[in-house]
Amino acid sequence: MQPVTKLKLPIYMDSSATTPVDPRVASVMIPFLTEKFGNPASRSHAFGWEADKAVELAREQVAALVNADPKEIVWTSGATESNNLAIKGAAHFYQGKGKHIITMRIEHKAVLDTVRELEREGFSATYLDPEPNGLLDLDKFKAALRPDTVLVSVMLVNNEIGVIQDIAAIGEICRDKGILFHVDAAQATGKVAIDLQQLKVDMMSFSAHKTYGPKGIGALYVRRKPRVRLEAQMHGGGHERGMRSGTLPTHQIVGMGEAFRIAKEEMAQENERIRMLRDRLLNGLTSMEEVHVNGDMEQRVPHNLNLSFNFVEGESLIMAIKDVAVSSGSACTSASLEPSYVLRALGRSDELAHSSIRFSIGRFTTVEEVDYVIDLLKNKIGKLRELSPLWDMYKEGVDLNTVQWAAH
Amino acid sequence: MAYSEKVLDHYENPRNVGSFAKDEAGLGTGMVGAPACGDVMRLQIKVNKDGVIEDAKFKTYGCGSAIASSSLVTEWVKGKTVNQALQIKNTQIAEELALPPVKIHCSILAEDAIKAAVADYKSKHGEMVDTAACKGSI
Repeated sequence: MQPVTKLKLPIYMDSSATTPVDPRVASVMIPFLTEKFGNPASRSHAFGWEADKAVELAREQVAALVNADPKEIVWTSGATESNNLAIKGAAHFYQGKGKHIITMRIEHKAVLDTVRELEREGFSATYLDPEPNGLLDLDKFKAALRPDTVLVSVMLVNNEIGVIQDIAAIGEICRDKGILFHVDAAQATGKVAIDLQQLKVDMMSFSAHKTYGPKGIGALYVRRKPRVRLEAQMHGGGHERGMRSGTLPTHQIVGMGEAFRIAKEEMAQENERIRMLRDRLLNGLTSMEEVHVNGDMEQRVPHNLNLSFNFVEGESLIMAIKDVAVSSGSACTSASLEPSYVLRALGRSDELAHSSIRFSIGRFTTVEEVDYVIDLLKNKIGKLRELSPLWDMYKEGVDLNTVQWAAH
Repeated sequence: MAYSEKVLDHYENPRNVGSFAKDEAGLGTGMVGAPACGDVMRLQIKVNKDGVIEDAKFKTYGCGSAIASSSLVTEWVKGKTVNQALQIKNTQIAEELALPPVKIHCSILAEDAIKAAVADYKSKHGEMVDTAACKGSI
């Protein structure tokens, strides 16, 4: 049952950007800021032992969500650092085996820019295009493999369109060829079941703040059997078995542990509730004409809905719904005027990319909020279409592709 | 991003939205921009026999600043002769709306829309002029 709540504005529908810290998580973190402040690396007194115990419990909780061994979890500052450590660390350590890396064009910038950096160092890289539904074609993937391919990095859940890649199949192919496989799972925890005993994944990146934990903490899974070795990117006191030096932020780690514990316990039920809300939003909004879903609807997390409202520009729509926090694939604010690279990689036309909005539903989203958003969107889209010369032309039966536009 | 009061006002209460009936006399229509760039403006002017713009209408697909820029120019061109309208510069539009640097292109587009509408008017009414660079044509 949905609790009856009074609608409060603004409404947050940007859970793929970040989530609030669950109050249960916040309450377990606080003592580690004030009373239990010890350095977990202090071996000589009770303050350190207490902190170390909390860090190790959190490590078990994180490992448990993804069915890994706690010894395979390395704390980092977040998924960006995990991606950097995995990709640069593995590429550098294993460069004697080959210097070719494969990834996808729709990866997060933390992967793409890291691979670009390796290209500047002399590695070569292949950026695979997804199919129009956002998924990787396995035959195209196999065809891209080379004898000198040393590393593959593919995300589990896409941040913009929420599609789920076939990590199991990609992992089998990589293991068969002896190629290391890294997966960015920042958007996946608590949304899709992850079993690292089954998946042939060598490294996996996690973030706490996408799963109701605090910002500034993440983890990298580094497989022990068969053992994966990394060149450290952060040097110092040799924390985290030398893979990532730096004093561990106990309160953040405790928060991530509790957040992942809650995710493991509640995700099955929570995802059903969120799917119901997402479908309600989808049905409400697609009752309008010329509303297109971006990305596959089957292989997709329940939280994400990415829609293009044709003939309405995304930024003006965001302005019109200023009481609702969402993201746009339009990049009208950037100097380049380039719309979302993810939607473009799907082969979406520029105007559909400019017209896109990402709704991401979370643990605290209510039915009332969804209904409010549907009504608001219908009203504002009608208004903006009245203002749109493209809508006029569409209604007059003009094919916009036959118009000769002057790019500016 | 933060918008100026004037942009918000034009965005929320756009002036002179719409289009004229196709058979009205003295019309000039300019359409500039491209959907791929995220903005398209269509500006229409209605010119009387003394060469004065007596009415103007617009429709714009684009961000709030693009909508505000085109709404503003419909107000500014009214009462001007077509040649006076051509004197409106994008810098004046940007200044009036306090557009940030990333939105200057919206004011340029609005200036281009005026030029395109005037050029269309003149070509239909027997005057030769240079056509605007960004004009979209059907």
